[in-house]
Amino acid sequence: MIVYIGRRLLGVLGVLIAIAAVTFTIFYVLPSDPAAAACGKSCSTERLTAIREHMGLDQPMWRQFTDFVTGIFTGRTLGTGQYELHCDFPCLGYSYENSESVWALLMDRLPVSASLALGAAVLWLALGLSAGVAAALRKDTLTDKVLMVGAVAAASLPVYFTSMMLIYGLIRTAGLLPYPSYVPFGDDPVDWASNLLLPWLALAILYAAMYARQSRSSMIETMAEPYIRTARAKGLPRRTVVVKHGLRAGMTPILTIFGMDLGGLLAGAVITESIFGLPGIGRLFYGALSSGDQPVILGVTLLAATFIVVANLAVDLLYAVVDPRVRY
Amino acid sequence: MATTSPPTPASPKSPNSPAGPAAETAPAGSGPWQLARSELRRRTSVKISLAVIALFAVMAVAAPLLSSLGGWSPEEFDKTAVDPYLGGQPIGPLGGMSAEHWLGVEPVTGRDLFARVVHGAQVSLLIAVAATAIVVITGTAAGIAAGYFGGRTDAVLSRLMDLTMSFPSLIFMIAMMSVARDVNRIVLMIAVIGLFGWPGIARVVRGQTLSLRHREYVDAARVGGSGPWRILTRDILPGVAGPVIAYTTLIIPGMIATEAALSYLGVGVRPPTPSWGQMIAESVNFYDSDPMYFVIPSSCLFLTVLAFTLLGDALRDVLDPRGSRT
Repeated sequence: MIVYIGRRLLGVLGVLIAIAAVTFTIFYVLPSDPAAAACGKSCSTERLTAIREHMGLDQPMWRQFTDFVTGIFTGRTLGTGQYELHCDFPCLGYSYENSESVWALLMDRLPVSASLALGAAVLWLALGLSAGVAAALRKDTLTDKVLMVGAVAAASLPVYFTSMMLIYGLIRTAGLLPYPSYVPFGDDPVDWASNLLLPWLALAILYAAMYARQSRSSMIETMAEPYIRTARAKGLPRRTVVVKHGLRAGMTPILTIFGMDLGGLLAGAVITESIFGLPGIGRLFYGALSSGDQPVILGVTLLAATFIVVANLAVDLLYAVVDPRVRY
Repeated sequence: MATTSPPTPASPKSPNSPAGPAAETAPAGSGPWQLARSELRRRTSVKISLAVIALFAVMAVAAPLLSSLGGWSPEEFDKTAVDPYLGGQPIGPLGGMSAEHWLGVEPVTGRDLFARVVHGAQVSLLIAVAATAIVVITGTAAGIAAGYFGGRTDAVLSRLMDLTMSFPSLIFMIAMMSVARDVNRIVLMIAVIGLFGWPGIARVVRGQTLSLRHREYVDAARVGGSGPWRILTRDILPGVAGPVIAYTTLIIPGMIATEAALSYLGVGVRPPTPSWGQMIAESVNFYDSDPMYFVIPSSCLFLTVLAFTLLGDALRDVLDPRGSRT
């Protein structure tokens, strides 16, 4: 088990470095000159050279990349002389836009995105799994068909459409909820939840539909297994058979997609955040795109990739917990 | 192995069992593809979704013709259709629907919505279909190669699949679309969307190939002196065709949604070229005053995605009964 985790962690590191390299290459080869942007309109050649040097843009590409990667692990010093600036571990560089540390920016926005993702995940798991299991247990009945038609329809709705409908229906017309703004959980948990309820719903509707479809087919499959018949024959209550024997084993494929979905959302739901005006990582990313703020773009991409690979690793380890048949 | 199939008893009709057991409902002596077709023909959802897809496909292909029939080009302004004293609101009920403008007009500019929707269909579907083609061709090739050759080829390709799947794809697509400026947006979008989709189908094909490569008929071909290329194209490819067709249909809605999302975020197709996502993005500002403007492109997007999903579900049930768990 420990050997397995160790090997997987090495793999994670390799994947992250590869992703950093690809991202780096793409932004390096694409035509844009952040130094010129930072320097402004009336920019002398000497000053441009100085800025370029300070940003490390005069170095060859591989050098910039290795500096960047070592900086993440050890911190590094940017620039020389009067422009010298020490960037602590984990150094992702400084925003071209407002000279703030990318790491600080990300950590500042993370609570918003994490609140959004985790709350939505709880909702969609509850909705999706219960609908999926209910449909599977009543396979081919009217309930099953209604639930599944609903799920296909909901999965086909783009998230901005659902969001706009929710805003129109619940805020504009009914006036039930406030227009979302982020209130930190520590300040007021009730306000935190009521403000985030609408974005949670918007995301949850989309994902719940996919989870309902997935858990239905997964449940139908497990419920046909011989050990389920054994459990029933032993006289176990139906509830125990469904939850402890059926759902538990049927969870593995759901866990796989859950890891990917949650990992992807933690680093910012770009569309949802921009519709509801939530100041999360998605918004930060979107803002950085329009100003060509490459350190921020690179930082968000790396953070998102980290969440995805770590979530995948966590899911692989959880398999052994959820499904007793899995051993490492 | 249970399937998600509707009530009809799903007899094993996977195309990879060369002499498929003749189901009692099917005419004697029909091949697996005929069985699949007769099974599909029985389903109402297939008929409806095919009709919807056909409608939008015709719309996309005949866009210039249709819009000239409507009498307006998609980028033509009509100031007489909007009310300058009401902030450019369309004149008339339901967003300015009239004999002149069949689906109403855009607020402020007065551009004809019918013309924009059919041209938008062209752009959206072109991107989705072309990106799907890239994904399916690369994915199938990679999957077959990994499954058939195994060993190092499999290891390298499987690592590459894992790596691609670890990319935060939407974030990455947005980033690539926004930094690349002076190129053909549509071609760029096809390439960028196509880049991240292939591992899913490659995994399915790899699994299928693994189960096929030691079947007797493949061994027979090998003993008979067929080279790897011939075996791959003549023996393995037909065996994986069923799942590939089903998954292709299931990939398309995702591609349409991705195109719409990118255009919605303003990094996709640039105005004035219409695409559904971009029309929705513009209409969001008017959702309160002119809801029809928002509803029309949204329903087109919704219906297309829904139709492809339903068709894909049915195809998967029939062509790939074991793959119903994604």
